[in-house]
This record gives sequence, structure tokens and C-alpha cells, in this order.
Amino acid sequence: MSSADLASERDLPPEREASVKGDIAPEHDGPRDTGMDDAGLHRWLTRTWRTPPGIIGALSSVDHKVIARRYLITAFVFLCLGGLNAVAMRIQLSGPQRGLIGPDLYNQLFTMHGVTMMFLFAVPIVQATGIYLVPLMVGTRNIAFPRLNAFSYWIYVSGGIFAWVSFALNMAPDVGWFAYVPLSGPEFAPGKRADVWAQMITYTEVSSLAVAVATIVTVFKQRAPGMSLDRIPLYVWAMLVTSFVVVFAMPAVMITSTFLILDRLVGTHIFNPAEGGDALLFQHLFWFFGHPEVYIIFLPATGMISAIIPVFARRPVFGHLGLVLSLIAVGFLSFGLWVHHMFATGLPKLGASFFTASSMMIAIPNGVQIFCWLATLWDGRPVIRTPLLFVFGFFFIFVIGGLTGVMLASVPLDLQVHDTYFVVAHFHYVLIGGSVFPLLGAAYFWFPKISGRMMSERLGRWHFWLAFIGFNAAFFPMHLVGLWGMPRRVYTYPAELGWGNINLFISAGAVVFFLSFVLFTFNLAHGALKGALAGDNPWDAGTLEWATSSPPPSYNFARIPIVTHGEPLWAEREALPVATGLRVDVRELLISTVAEAHPDIREKSATPSIWPLLAAIAVGGTFVYSIFTPWAVAWGAAPIAITLIGWFWPKGDPEDEE
Amino acid sequence: MKQRPSLDLSALPTFGHGPRSPTWWGTLGFMALEGMGFAIAAGAYLYLATLWPNWRLSAPQPNHWPGTIVTLLLIVSLVPNHILHGYAKRCAIGPVRIGMVVMSLLGVAPLVVRWFEFPALNIYWDTNAYGSMLWVLLGLHTTHLITDVGDTIVLTVLMFTRHGYSGRRFGDVGDNVFYWDFVVLTWIPIYLLIYWMPRLG
Repeated sequence: MSSADLASERDLPPEREASVKGDIAPEHDGPRDTGMDDAGLHRWLTRTWRTPPGIIGALSSVDHKVIARRYLITAFVFLCLGGLNAVAMRIQLSGPQRGLIGPDLYNQLFTMHGVTMMFLFAVPIVQATGIYLVPLMVGTRNIAFPRLNAFSYWIYVSGGIFAWVSFALNMAPDVGWFAYVPLSGPEFAPGKRADVWAQMITYTEVSSLAVAVATIVTVFKQRAPGMSLDRIPLYVWAMLVTSFVVVFAMPAVMITSTFLILDRLVGTHIFNPAEGGDALLFQHLFWFFGHPEVYIIFLPATGMISAIIPVFARRPVFGHLGLVLSLIAVGFLSFGLWVHHMFATGLPKLGASFFTASSMMIAIPNGVQIFCWLATLWDGRPVIRTPLLFVFGFFFIFVIGGLTGVMLASVPLDLQVHDTYFVVAHFHYVLIGGSVFPLLGAAYFWFPKISGRMMSERLGRWHFWLAFIGFNAAFFPMHLVGLWGMPRRVYTYPAELGWGNINLFISAGAVVFFLSFVLFTFNLAHGALKGALAGDNPWDAGTLEWATSSPPPSYNFARIPIVTHGEPLWAEREALPVATGLRVDVRELLISTVAEAHPDIREKSATPSIWPLLAAIAVGGTFVYSIFTPWAVAWGAAPIAITLIGWFWPKGDPEDEE
Repeated sequence: MKQRPSLDLSALPTFGHGPRSPTWWGTLGFMALEGMGFAIAAGAYLYLATLWPNWRLSAPQPNHWPGTIVTLLLIVSLVPNHILHGYAKRCAIGPVRIGMVVMSLLGVAPLVVRWFEFPALNIYWDTNAYGSMLWVLLGLHTTHLITDVGDTIVLTVLMFTRHGYSGRRFGDVGDNVFYWDFVVLTWIPIYLLIYWMPRLG
């Protein structure tokens, strides 16, 4: 079938005339999928939903899978860059008084490592996984607000480039990933380095907030018929709760970074105690975001575990309701913990006790989750494959990180080990154990869906053991060296302290951990090129993303599936019930009710557009310019307004007009 | 996987107002996050105000009159805003066009008075932290005011073009009404914080 045929089909929809009835808005119509044969349906939907060819077409794409793939690859590149930062630091610290890296570069290295891992890797990659999977798992054809989603990617990638170009220009932030004032304020951080930190925050938070809103609306309004609240997959629940945490946490850090820029650029005194401001206010504002941030990274990982375990335990998850309630409880409690990052600031004792209590309380819903997973495995017949191995790695590492977390929740111990390598060990156990290991398991689990091919199981096992041993070798001794008193963020230490051998051992572990990622990269590339064909559902899983082909077509599902069970593909093994009646000549998808997911509206989904990219360039240019002059906001307003009008102004597509 | 058609969607409508529409939920999401931004900024102001016993830091009281006029204008604008909402729900294109023009004017009017609010604060942003917070709070709300008025004007123009008469556009008008309510609602606590809290101390 040639493109000319497709074009002529699009030009000939029957009954395109609007029917006008008084004050009622016009109704349009076109060909429907009802009774259409599979080949014809495929032709129509491909024509309607494809990303246009060519470079402009690629830059205009609004397909959630295309955007998510870009996000995943970009975030992986930033993971590698952040990892190289870490390797450089470990080489410098491998022996006492090594002269490879000086203090100034070292400050930039640890700041860039933290900033890259938190803002350019961890949050974007969990959101990207959601952008790919949530629409498939809820049985819809695209994410809500697809152009906003495309915009979020362009903003994210420009923020990342901005930070790393600054690093190449010796202008990278050097004030730590949380950039406390007064160190980052106008008095102690001349130059533009702290501004780069503040503005990079703005980019990444705008992007995360946009994705969070799109995810929430996708889950609320675009679920397949029958997917009532109790049938929403746990991974989707996790992404929903995470998105809510993003919506209420990220504005805090945007306000913080904006206040910092104002103090530095136009001379406000918000953080200046000499003129009625307060330096601790910065820490409160930052950690009001910063603690939920940990859960923004961790909750999606628990969702991944809840998706992986039932498939390999060969039974539905134990305690579905308990797991959902735990997710919601963790989401709420994550806002009540921020002060435990500030125990060393001399806060009133009663306040500190409250935050100790809430820090310990959040262990309860997390514990419920872990026991539900163990019960699922206990009662199932586990098939040990690579994704499950990484889940086991998660259990081991995250539980150790959780135990040191309970220790740190106690104020006297926290004061003793504050700013030492004990804390570095703790948060790497929590973050890498709690998020990176599940992410690696998820990569093996969903790679066949994304690429259509399997990754090597043999290499996967090698990868797991290399990562597990390398990680523990690198980070477990940090507990010890921290208890011995080694402070974090020092570029070297004298030989007399006797920390040389253990640091050499840590560096060797870091190299092994790094090599595990080299092996992972090879396995990804090898799998994408030469892996065995996966088929639709290689793991015999039960959720909707496995009901379509691998990789999924641009329109995700030829017909919208109907959900009758929490694991719909396990419940309907003969044939999947589907809905018909949607138009095929325009991008139509189904809007359903929030609680019961009753079909409600046939809504049009936005067509590809170059304007989100142009808007991102206008917004990004304004952000960069604004670290030099406040007038950037005035100059940038016109291009931003023009690109936004271009974005929203209807171009005559039925998707815009009807 | 084999499929079994068992539900017909063809009779469903192609647009809906209010909570039926995804755009309404998206607008609500943005209100939640922007409202959170307002709450955090207001919280920072209160934090500093309780930290210093002589808050206002010897600065003169702000003149509340421009702010009070803005408040009255905003509250009055809610009436035509909701009449417009009724027209949008009924898809009545003529009255909607008039209503959008009225709302554009009622958006520009407080913006003009807002211009006089900044000098009426009687302090600059770089005098002390009290001044900084007043300018931040007023600036934050002004940004919302400007973007929503801009959005309203563009939508008004759109309603007068051939693109105006469609269910999707009437939904947009409904969401614009909804967002204006938010802009008015967020102003009330900020108005009290800026002009009346300093009078308490």
C-alpha cells in the first residue's frame, strides 16, 4: 500500500459534514472500526497514529513510546556521565594525598555527580518508564496531553545539556547537590556556578511537573472500560502516587531555587540573616522537596517490583489492597520527614522528636510492602530469572539501607555521623538498592516489550552478580570508614589517619560496579540487535501491556481492551474482550469515569506538532539568559507567548477542531 | 492475542464539560501545583515574620487601596465569569463571544491597577527581607494574572474565528472560567498577607 493510497483514504471519509442543531455544538463523523477486518483496521490506524517521516516529523512526535524511548536513552547517558564522575572521585580517593584532582574540580565533580544522578537520571528515568508503560497498562492509545509530554522531554534534555556544557566550561556548580546558603549565596559563591545549579533545577522540575500532571490525568481518565480502582495494576498505582508527590513536592524546590536566584541576581534578602532573612529557611524549603524526592524515586521502583514478582512467582500478588494503601501511606508520610536531614542544625528538641517518630513510622508501610512481596514468593512457585534476581538484590540491599536509616533517625547517632561516609553509605544503599536494582530488573523485564527481542539470560546473571558484589564492595566499607570519622566531600586525606587501604578497596569495588554497567550496556545492544524474538507476552504476564505486539504499534491497541480482572490476560486466556465504535480516521481514544472506568467520551488526542520543541527552545533560552540579567524574563516573554499560541492555535486537523 | 468485541462505544459523545473532560483534570493538576507554590511562598513569609519579633523591620505600612481595588474588581469579575460558564455549557456561541470580551476587559482592569500596587508597598525588594517577600508574593500573583489574561485574550480571538464553533472550544472556555476562579481565589490570602498582616504587628 503506497502513501498515495493512504492520503486518498484520509481525504475521503464519508459524512464529514457537521450537523448543526441550534445551540448544540456540531457533531462530526467519520469511518468507525466496527466490523472492520484486522488488515483494514491496521492500515487506517497506522495512517492516523504514525509519527510523520523525516527530521521535522521526528522532532514533532507526540507518541508516548517515542518520547519515552528518548527519555530512557538520555537518562541512561546521564547515568553513565554521573558514573564517570564517581569513578574519577574514587580514583582520586584510592590512596592518601593523591594529586590527580584538585579541590576545585573535586567540588564540581561531587556536585555534578549528585545533581546528575538525582535530577537528570533518577527522576527522569522513573518518569520515562511510566510514560512508556502507564498508557499501555491502562489500555489507552496515548498519554494525556501528548504535546505537553513532548515539551517536557525537550525541557529536560536542554536542562541536562545546560548543566554539562557548564561543566565543560569549568562553570559547573560546586556547592553540593543541595546548594545550601550562605555557601551558595551572593557573598560566598561569586561567578555563575550556583546560578547554573538553580536554573538547572528549574528546567528539570518544569519537566517533571508536566509529566506528573499528564500521568495523573492518564490514570484518572483514560483507563480501559472495566478497570475500576481495584483493578488498576500496582505499577500504575505507584506512578499515580508518585505523580501526586511530585505535584506537591517539586514546587518547593522551584520556589527555593527562584529565591536563591533572586537573592543572587536582584539583591533580595530572603536568605540573608543580616537583613531579616534566614539561612535555615533554605534548608526547610529544600528538604520539604528533598525528602519526598527520595520517595519519588523509590515508589515507582516498588511498583516495578510489584509487577515483576507475581509474574515470576506465578500467582497474583498477595495483599493487593495492603500494597495500594501502603503506597498511599508512604506518599503522605514522605512529607513529614524533611527535618531529619536537619538534625545537626540545632532545632528545638520537641520538633526533632516528632520527626524521629515520623521517620520511624514510614518504616511500617514499607515493611508491609516487603512482607506482601515475600508472601507472594512464599506461596508461589518462583521461576528465578534475571528480573527476579535483581528484585532479590533489592531486598538485601534496601533492607540494609533501611536499617541504617532507622539508626540515623535517632538524633544522637545522627549528630555523631553527620556529614561522614556513614551517611554516604546509607543513602547509596537506599537509592541504588531501592531504585537502581529494581530499575535494572525492570529493564530485563520490559526490554522485550520495548524492543521486541530478549536480552541474554546468561549475561544477565553475570551482570547481576557483578553489580551485587561490586556494589557491596564499594559501599559497605563506607559505613566503617564513616564511623572512623572520614568526612564526605573531601578531596583527599592524610596517610596518618590509616584510611588508605579501605579506600583502595572501596575504589576497586567501584570499578567492579562500573564494569557491571559496561556489561549491561553490551547486553542491551546485543539484545536489541541479535536477541531472540520475544513475541507479545514472553513471560506470560497478566497486565495489558502484554496484550499488544512487541514493540507495540503507534496506536498501542487495535481495539480498546475491556478489563474484567486485576490480571486481565490471566483471566481471559481464550480471547480478550474489546470495545468497538471508535473513529479510525482521526486520533480518537476513550475517556472513562474516574472511579469505575465506565466509558464516557470519545475524545481526540493531539496530533504531532513542532511547536512544543519551539516552545521549549524559547523557555530554555529565557532560563539561560536569566542567570545573567533579570530582563531576560521581559525579553523571553514574547517568544514564549508566540510559541505557546502556535502550539494551541488550531491548524484545521479534526483533532484540533472537533 | 485473539479479540472478542463485546462493547459498542459508537454512541458516546465527543466532548464533555467539567470533571468529565481530561482538560479539566489537567487544569486542576496545574492549580494544585501552582497553589502549592503559593502556599510555600506564603509559608516562607510567615516563617520569617514569626522569626523576627519586630517584623516589618521598621518599614512603613503598605498603602492598601490599590490592592483593595484589585480585590474588589476580581470579586466582581466572578459574576460574569460564571454567567459565561453557563453559556459555554449550552454551547451558545453568540453570548460566549460577548462573555469572553467582557472577561478579557475584566482581566486587563485589575492588571492596570496592579501597576500601582508595587509602589504602594512603600518598600523596595532589596531593602530588607520583608520587602523581598512582599515583592515575591505580589510578583508571583501578577505572573498568574498576566498569563491568564493573555490566555483569555487569545481564546477570545479564537472564538471569533471559524475555529470557535466547536465542542472542544466551548470546553476550553469552561476551563478558562475555572482557572480564573483560581486566580481570584489565590489572591485573597495573598492580599491579606501583604496588606493586613503588617497592620497586626
